[in-house]
Amino acid sequence: MQSVTRNEPVDVLIIGAGASGAAIAWSLADTKMRILCLEQGDWPRSSDFPSTGRDWEARQSEDYSISPNRRGLAADYPINEDDSSIKIANYNGVGGGTVFYAGHFPRLHPSDFRVRSLDGVADDWPIDYRTLEPFYALNDQMMGVASLAGDPAYPPKDAVMPPIPLGRTGEKLGSAMNKLGWHWWPSDSAISTQEYQGRAPCINLGHCPAGCAQGAKASTDVTYWPEAVRSRVELRTRCRVSRIETNDEQMATGAYYFDPDGQERFQPAEIVIMACNGIGTPRILLNSASERFPGGLANSSGLVGKNLMFHPYAQIRGHFDEPLDGYRGPPICIWSMEFYETDPARGFKRGYCYQFSRGLGPVRTATTGLADGLLPWGDEHHAAFRRLFCRSAGMVSICEDLPEEINRVTLDPHLKDINGIPAPKITYRIGENTQRMLDHSVARGIEILKAAGARDITFKSPLPYAGWHLMGTARMGHDPKRSVVNAWGRSHDVKNLFIVDGSVFVTSGGVNPTATIQAVALYVADQIKSRIYDLFN
Amino acid sequence: MIASSQTIALDELSPAEQETLHCVASHMIPPSEELGLPGATDPAIFADILRSIGRDLPALRQALHAITEMAGGPLAVLSSIEQRALLSRFRSGRPDLAGVVEAVTVRCYYRDDRVMSSVGMEVRPPFPVGFAVPQGDWSLLEPVRSRGKIYRDAD
Ligand SMILES: Cc1cc2nc3c(=O)[nH]c(=O)nc-3n(C[C@H](O)[C@H](O)[C@H](O)COP(=O)(O)OP(=O)(O)OC[C@H]3O[C@@H](n4cnc5c(N)ncnc54)[C@H](O)[C@@H]3O)c2cc1C
Repeated sequence: MQSVTRNEPVDVLIIGAGASGAAIAWSLADTKMRILCLEQGDWPRSSDFPSTGRDWEARQSEDYSISPNRRGLAADYPINEDDSSIKIANYNGVGGGTVFYAGHFPRLHPSDFRVRSLDGVADDWPIDYRTLEPFYALNDQMMGVASLAGDPAYPPKDAVMPPIPLGRTGEKLGSAMNKLGWHWWPSDSAISTQEYQGRAPCINLGHCPAGCAQGAKASTDVTYWPEAVRSRVELRTRCRVSRIETNDEQMATGAYYFDPDGQERFQPAEIVIMACNGIGTPRILLNSASERFPGGLANSSGLVGKNLMFHPYAQIRGHFDEPLDGYRGPPICIWSMEFYETDPARGFKRGYCYQFSRGLGPVRTATTGLADGLLPWGDEHHAAFRRLFCRSAGMVSICEDLPEEINRVTLDPHLKDINGIPAPKITYRIGENTQRMLDHSVARGIEILKAAGARDITFKSPLPYAGWHLMGTARMGHDPKRSVVNAWGRSHDVKNLFIVDGSVFVTSGGVNPTATIQAVALYVADQIKSRIYDLFN
Repeated sequence: MIASSQTIALDELSPAEQETLHCVASHMIPPSEELGLPGATDPAIFADILRSIGRDLPALRQALHAITEMAGGPLAVLSSIEQRALLSRFRSGRPDLAGVVEAVTVRCYYRDDRVMSSVGMEVRPPFPVGFAVPQGDWSLLEPVRSRGKIYRDAD
């Protein structure tokens, strides 16, 4: 090993400043330990976000593309996704995926933690809904979640602030759901609808997934991080970790990383916490293979990188004769949990939720209209465009993906990032159960749109560029042979190594994962604090 | 193989490629006299298209070369009817590449001031003014409430 600069040691080293890294940094700050977070990207600047310029839609295929391979910026690492039918979407910088997320913020349901006991599939989680409930609530407060209390699809939970508007789209689709007698409810949204802790309310820019210039969307660069930094957590940006080092006691001693000048450094730490997401974390653990840990760090189970789950999406959209919300307002609108719980009559186990969405901007109306055959070339183009623009609405189904070892993250033998760190390679195919669920959701989605009076209904299943929920690749469990971390996020093999990102999910549920990822991170922080005197026993 | 960041080609299309793109764009979105609308080859819009190809340059080149190959030479020398027929074959045979030409074109067309006004938009970016969205009728939730609990207990 060539000699590298050795930094001053810290008590806690967190790797990754996204959804989970931010939450655990904030929570641990009150211990007064010396906490450092290394993040490969930079702070996002809201004045750079696309919605500040006339090229707001175009830039979402350029420097604000959700695909790291398309962006190819210095903060990004390449991902070999040739063997995956679903392509990866992420954001690498302070805030992580929350900078790009839509802020749809459902919790898992109580049944999600008991899938083996209730439905005979996959495995139960070692924790349950009740354990996470106070951390969900705390996270709702910290992120500032807009919602309407009383959703019959969940145990009671408080609303932090009023929900985002139904708008014409919510009315139209909600009325259709009423006709069918199916559940719907305004979505819990990590978007402030009023002044909240220094954040301005949503002004319906309509472009949440390319960064919120208003700062109303709860990305962790504007929620947890300012608080954590005020509490003296140090956040070093443009620092990419390559591997974790260990000693003869099988304890982590710190991490090697490349600083903004590309110089390699070693950061010693008493506790190391991985928060690089369901792809970034297994990548670094696998790249930390050594004589002591030949199969990769924390990998005596052989499960690091395996059981990758995405939530395959189907998208169903229709068009209406009267104008709806169009490009105005958060794309998020309402949700339905009608098909969430297992019903044997449907031919698949587990279920999905619908996330209903408003319309598209003019450019996306045109690109999707052209791709769907609804918008012709030539003289008919203009009239057809007017029949589509501001008149579309629809939904995506978020289907529970069951864990399968064949779906995995490994290290690519050839592809490397700009620091020479091996890139992750994704191997993924949609399972049979999920395929049946996708088909069911398309059929029911069409029914809903027909009940709403839609014409020109189109669907895509699965959505190929929708690998934005990254879960399962370092799962939690009681049995060290069948899991990577224990019930409170500590590696079975390396007693001072914790994992808090989406990797630890045992199953995926059928809802967006971030509320749960952060609740788990807050729970792990709480466990670290309450066990601090015998943390490594 | 090391992936370098910022390897995005900042190159531009050759005059021949530009000519093919011009011809394709003229078929895709012609002007409308009735609506008083420019087409995609309006000088200001087409200049914007050429400036804004960005990360699509390699795929766009591939698309334009495929069209030239199908035409057995420059597309522009064919008659308008032949061009239209060829482009229709191109679109059904290579929807992936057709999608690239479409994306490159509409990205700029639908941000032109005249086009935005014509489709009822204010000519401005979303921020900082934002937009208004009506609250909607919250009483629509009554039937959902009265149906009662639908989640499963897991204890
Ligand atoms: C377009 C899009 C839309 C989405 N919409 C929703 C939604 O509506 N609702 C929802 O719940 N979820 C949504 N998500 C998913 C959500 O963003 C993620 O679930 C969440 O951010 C994951 O949190 P995490 O902590 O696991 O990882 P991340 O938030 O991805 O954070 C990981 C961080 O680690 C850093 N990192 C990685 N490797 C290294 C390294 N080697 N060294 C240093 N730093 C490193 C990364 O740069 C990143 O900042 C969406 C995601 C995208 C991309």
